[in-house]
Amino acid sequence: MAIPFSYNLRNLVVRRTSTMAAALGIGLVVAVFVLVLALAKGFAFAVQSTGLETNAIVLRKGSNAEITSGIEREIAESIAVRPEIAKDESGAAMVVAEVVTLVVLPRNDGADVNVTVRGTAGDRVLGIRTNVRLAAGRMFKPGLREIVVGRSISDRIRNLGLGDAVVFSRQDWKIVGIIESGGTGFESEIWGDAAGVQDAFRRTGVFSSMTFRLTDPTRLAALRTELESDPKYQVTLKTEAQYYADQAGSLSALIGILGTLITVIMAVGAVFGAMNTMYAAVGARAREVATLRALGFRRRAVLGSFLLESTVLSAIGGAFGCLLSLPIDGITTGTMNWDTFSELSFAFRITPQILGTGFVFAIAMGVVGGFLPAVRAARVPITQGLRQI
Amino acid sequence: MGAVHIRNLRKVYRREAQQVPVLDGLSIDIAEGDFVALMGPSGSGKTTLLNLIGGIDQPTSGEVVVSGTDIGRMKGGKLAKWRSRNIGFIFQLYNLIPVLTAFENVELPLLLTKLSKKERREHVMASLGVVGLTDRIDHYPRQLSGGQEQRVAIARAIVSDPALLLADEPTGDLDAKSAQEILTLLQRLNKEFKKTIVMVTHDPHAAERASRLVHLDKGVLEATPATAAAAR
Repeated sequence: MAIPFSYNLRNLVVRRTSTMAAALGIGLVVAVFVLVLALAKGFAFAVQSTGLETNAIVLRKGSNAEITSGIEREIAESIAVRPEIAKDESGAAMVVAEVVTLVVLPRNDGADVNVTVRGTAGDRVLGIRTNVRLAAGRMFKPGLREIVVGRSISDRIRNLGLGDAVVFSRQDWKIVGIIESGGTGFESEIWGDAAGVQDAFRRTGVFSSMTFRLTDPTRLAALRTELESDPKYQVTLKTEAQYYADQAGSLSALIGILGTLITVIMAVGAVFGAMNTMYAAVGARAREVATLRALGFRRRAVLGSFLLESTVLSAIGGAFGCLLSLPIDGITTGTMNWDTFSELSFAFRITPQILGTGFVFAIAMGVVGGFLPAVRAARVPITQGLRQI
Repeated sequence: MGAVHIRNLRKVYRREAQQVPVLDGLSIDIAEGDFVALMGPSGSGKTTLLNLIGGIDQPTSGEVVVSGTDIGRMKGGKLAKWRSRNIGFIFQLYNLIPVLTAFENVELPLLLTKLSKKERREHVMASLGVVGLTDRIDHYPRQLSGGQEQRVAIARAIVSDPALLLADEPTGDLDAKSAQEILTLLQRLNKEFKKTIVMVTHDPHAAERASRLVHLDKGVLEATPATAAAAR
């Protein structure tokens, strides 16, 4: 039979100062752990949800990102007439050939960052990228040095509000619209007319990529085989979703690794904190433990009791850490996307799964930190424990 | 065979490289229903003998038969189970669990039985009734006087109805009045409830309440004269 749970619970309450100190240590580690996971999740979401499964993207063979890709106009034109490309209500092919480049703009905090400028087709792009919508203003018009900017970048970069003008390539560009896409990577971009951007950046005749709506996503594999095996094209083809998922991989993994490393180092400290608290508890209660064992409670009941106490302690810490991290949910931050070399804004995303992981992590710290003290409690000879004053 | 049957009991403690003999070939019989006072100078082995009878320490050699069971070679969970069924411990410093109420402290040994919650409650109330503390069931040890704490400890010792009570200086931390009350209670448990009691004490007045006095010196029994109580 187990030692009553109330014994452990009340001991935690009686030793509330050391209980709270240990729980606080565990809670802070859990908070950091949750934030790291939320950061990686937010980044991955921003990048991965940018692409749609129904769209395909064409890049130069060997390129992993639009910024390092180049497709000649003639190639683009021959691909644009492929029958696999869907047509809109007016019968026009749902395809955009786009040019992607970078400009340096000052963030609100003064730091200069790279921002992606996408030259596209204003009349078609929202029909193809259905996850993007015009939130304010209107779409840019060709030939007028007009641009629309993503909501995230508009909030984080100086003078990128609706109606502002921004200078790049020694030209004034007027912001006529704000686009939103639920926090995806497109919200970190500036969009303008493809011909205007090509002209401003002297990229005439060359596109970075082509994106088109597939009539049937199951035909992508056959189309890929055909285009990639034809030496005339020298292109690579994938779904837009896959393209952005590939981009998320490296940095998301790096955030995960670095974050986990920091968390593990902090966790070691927290485990020692919990261990110290439990050793103190065991030391102070040696006579109680000896009495319980004299009454007939077995060693394993003592072991289980102290492990349970440590687990409750860490559960308090885990719950505290999860609560502590919650206000960060949804807060926007930004980082350099190493695949596009541009600023990517994204929001911390704390999901129930992440909170669950954080809580389990706390419990694990409690079990690890409580194990050795619990073993010591169970192993103290009864006669020795009874002598403690 | 009586309540306790001990033959050639040796207990040697190791202190670093040294071996320190505490009990040296001790033999004693304690009959059922006896109230034995164990006296002797500090370090004479009284508490060690009590611990060996109670199965919370292991003999180096010799035979320890308590309530018909040879516990000298019993270990671990089996010995713990035996203790819970056969022995009631009463300690000098009461050893109540400070975070549990009087009721919960007394209930502790019953958690090792298969009694239902209702049955446990009945047993606890009966035990607290014997020691006269049914009005203190929700009090924590810190809310009780020393004498009351020891009475709760006695209630805990008798709640599972063990035949043998082992008391290690049960009045050693009490004022004279409380000490008398506790000794009266122990005598009542012995006479009225037929409990066999082995009590370690330094106090000759306490020892007088026992029916038999046993002197230990340097791990050896000196004599077993009848006490005044036994004579009465």
